[in-house]
Amino acid sequence: MNVLHRPPVQGNSERVTRMRHVLVAMRGDKLALFALLIFAFYCLVALLAPLLAPYDVNSTEFMNLENAELAPAWQTGDTRFLLGTDTQGRDLLSVILHGTRLSLTIGVCAVLIQVFLGVGIGLLSGYMGGRLDAFLMRVADIQLSFSTMMVAIVVLAVFQTLFGHAAYQQLAMLMLIIVLGVAEWPIFARTVRACVFAEKEKEYIDAARILGVSKARIMLRHLLPNTVSPILVILTIQIANAIVAEAALSFLGLGMPPNQPSLGALISSGFNYLFSGAWWISVFPSVTLILMIFVMNLLGDWLRDHLNPQVTRG
Amino acid sequence: MLSFIGRRLLQAMFVLLIISFVSFMIQDKMGDPVRQMVGQSVTLEQREALQQELGLNDPMLIQYGRFLGRAIQGDLGTSYYYKEPTIDVIASRLPATLELSFAALVLVILLAIPLGVFAAIHPKNLLSRAVLLFSTLGLSVPIFIVAVFLMYFFAIEWGILPSFGRGETTSVFGLWQSGLFNRDGLRHLLLPSLSLAFVLTPIFIRLIRAEMTDVLQSDYIRYAWAKGISAPRIYFIHALKNTMLPVITVGGIQLGTLVAYTILTESIFQWPGMGLLFMDAVTRVDVPLISTYLIFVGVIFVVTNTLVDVVYSLVNPRVRIPGYS
Amino acid sequence: MSLLSVNGLSVKFKQRREDLVALHDVSLSLERGERLAIVGESGAGKSLLGYAIVNLLMKPGFIAEGSIKLDDRELTRLSSKQWQEIRGKKIAMIFQDPMVTLNPVLSVGDQMVEAIRSHTRINYSDAKKLAIEKLAHVRIAAPAQRFDQYPHELSGGMRQRVIIAIALLLAPEIIIADEPTTALDVTIQAEILQLLKQICADNGVALILITHDFGVVSRIAERTLVMYAGRIVEQGPTLEIINDPQHPYTQGLLNALPQMALPGQRLNQIQGNMPPLNDQPSGCAFHPRCPYAEDKCRQQPPNFIFSGVSTVACYAIEDMLQAFEPLSEEDADD
Repeated sequence: MNVLHRPPVQGNSERVTRMRHVLVAMRGDKLALFALLIFAFYCLVALLAPLLAPYDVNSTEFMNLENAELAPAWQTGDTRFLLGTDTQGRDLLSVILHGTRLSLTIGVCAVLIQVFLGVGIGLLSGYMGGRLDAFLMRVADIQLSFSTMMVAIVVLAVFQTLFGHAAYQQLAMLMLIIVLGVAEWPIFARTVRACVFAEKEKEYIDAARILGVSKARIMLRHLLPNTVSPILVILTIQIANAIVAEAALSFLGLGMPPNQPSLGALISSGFNYLFSGAWWISVFPSVTLILMIFVMNLLGDWLRDHLNPQVTRG
Repeated sequence: MLSFIGRRLLQAMFVLLIISFVSFMIQDKMGDPVRQMVGQSVTLEQREALQQELGLNDPMLIQYGRFLGRAIQGDLGTSYYYKEPTIDVIASRLPATLELSFAALVLVILLAIPLGVFAAIHPKNLLSRAVLLFSTLGLSVPIFIVAVFLMYFFAIEWGILPSFGRGETTSVFGLWQSGLFNRDGLRHLLLPSLSLAFVLTPIFIRLIRAEMTDVLQSDYIRYAWAKGISAPRIYFIHALKNTMLPVITVGGIQLGTLVAYTILTESIFQWPGMGLLFMDAVTRVDVPLISTYLIFVGVIFVVTNTLVDVVYSLVNPRVRIPGYS
Repeated sequence: MSLLSVNGLSVKFKQRREDLVALHDVSLSLERGERLAIVGESGAGKSLLGYAIVNLLMKPGFIAEGSIKLDDRELTRLSSKQWQEIRGKKIAMIFQDPMVTLNPVLSVGDQMVEAIRSHTRINYSDAKKLAIEKLAHVRIAAPAQRFDQYPHELSGGMRQRVIIAIALLLAPEIIIADEPTTALDVTIQAEILQLLKQICADNGVALILITHDFGVVSRIAERTLVMYAGRIVEQGPTLEIINDPQHPYTQGLLNALPQMALPGQRLNQIQGNMPPLNDQPSGCAFHPRCPYAEDKCRQQPPNFIFSGVSTVACYAIEDMLQAFEPLSEEDADD
């Protein structure tokens, strides 16, 4: 009985050895290792942004119009602002550090919602099968066909109209997380479902069922652990996608407000000054964003090739 | 085959019904037609009488039914800002968006198929690796950054290409204002369509390469080699045809992304298409225009996705048997 | 002069450190119109040998050494263009699973006509006429209609007939059939085998039949070649090998046939498994599973000797022959 309760494919120790296997393989691949290091650096920076930033972004002196649009230190010789200042006189380095933190937070939180919804629906759909499964997967197809960006633009635009601009800005972060989180559940649901389909035919599930183990328990204790590695594979890419989507929405004025800038909002506010010569305001955040997304995409690809070659594409 | 199309059509109708309901709710909750008609200088009694007359006090489902009835006749309300039927406003902007998307798709097809196929045939080649790295990089650059920097260099720094608008257009049969038939229009088209292509091409290169790599390892390709068929014929007839099946499906799904991206591109280049119109409507709180845009885009999505399914079944002989899908 | 002669062929898989050897020093010859069977368990390298002959090894496999001669023409050094002219025209192939061999998006006719027109200058309508003729030849009913159909509209047996028809299109000298009936229903297997045999006999085509099934071998092939772990272990006339197998592995294979076990009795399996490519035993590759293994079997691989029945690589047979030889010399002295 006790033996049956443990899924044979992925005991805890097996999962650990697999992760170790991945890490060993990664050491052999310089590009992947490089991507991992940079990504770890980003996470660290995001985590420690309040400590690392040279200025306190919450202090009232942080915004000082006298310092507006100062070029980077190596152009002006002004060592107070390494990367220069933005149009409101804020230290660009501090703002970028906090923007990275904000973008990553939104990305991670949105994807947590995706995982929660996707895994729940995927497990249910895959295990129950039949009409429920057909219905849920059709809904997933349809929702995917509308594309996350499109759904997010429309929903956020409608909410902005409904609440008014000022009130919306208070809720922007929450709204972004919810919309990006809800819109992409089908990606996880499909992967989990495919996984469950493959797994539920195996004998130990039959055995558990015959022994009268409850459906909920079978799903959570037996099927769920098997979906871990495919979920990991899409996780990084999904976070990257969420961050890009957030940036684009902020760029359109539907995301984070300028006084609480994510990387996207920062880039967007800088673009207007690009043409007047203050290139640094948009270029530095752009490079920060692109590099972050790039290493996450590299990591995601690498994980897909090494962890789980037959994950559904697209 | 017929039942397959029938099922798809039924589903399409259902999705359209949901979209129309959402649009109706938006108009219902956000717009105030009475104020729109008479302004605020009327008494409460007059307002209520008018509301009664307009049927605004009827149960919601009845109002929705009326909304649907009007919508089928092509009446989706009047734009607050343009004072014209919303359908007409959107239709006048449609050609600009369609031409932009069309130009971008042509660029994507011209780039992605040869590069994706090449990368699949010669996986170890240096150029293939460069193409793959480039496509991962391309995937990582948000479209608005691409668009703004293209504009910055080509239009501002070097002054080679115009930075905004659609330029000169010519009328085609009096129905269609086209920018495709004169130099100025094409010059204006170049930067926006390049921006779109820049972000869409990597998606398709990766997709085509992955599918083609799988196909090239299949038994029927090995068999084609065993028959002594020439390499070009194997790659471009035997393999590419099988590769294109999933690419068509994903292409259909990417349509939504394309529409979203046109909103961003049009906003940056002030391209007078539906996307720019929509963002303007959001800024101006032009509720009827917002909800009409929703329905319009919804119809386009549903129609294209249904078409993609049908085209797929035509390209793929296996779907033609009923129940085979 | 043989139609096809393979000499000292070895095939390796490219690896980062050391290449893995998949075929060890394989030699064989095939006469015009002869039907040869290559038998062995899966993984013995028999399919690999078939693909190596037409230079269709999948990467990272490659031919490391040896020669392949067709009509005295060396094939291993041909350009890919020259190979293309040989494949389909001189040597045709039949693959294992007809369900996945034909391209699903091209019609049967397309796939036949392209094969003809890749090798000869002939217009479409003549090619079509030839294709329909060959479809009729493999006893497909209503061949003109089949011509326009897609593979998924045909049953497995029907598809394998189409593939045989394609093999015949250009009147090849050799057909290599890799397990042509394994994927088919038992009832259809016999029909397809009979068809294959008859067609080869009628047209004077030589056949290399790759199979794991001695039942199939006995019905078709005149000569049999037994492979184990990438090596040939025994070869000779089919009847003699089946009646009096010499190599312990061949004996094991024949013993393992279901009809060799009494009803209710367990099947006579050969103990153990074929060694993996990266862990080949020293000496005779079969020794870990061989009931007669001795010390020398573990040290040096045996050479081929003629046992009187077949050509075998086995020390046990060698010893037995030597035990008889002095006797026969004494007889001569007398």
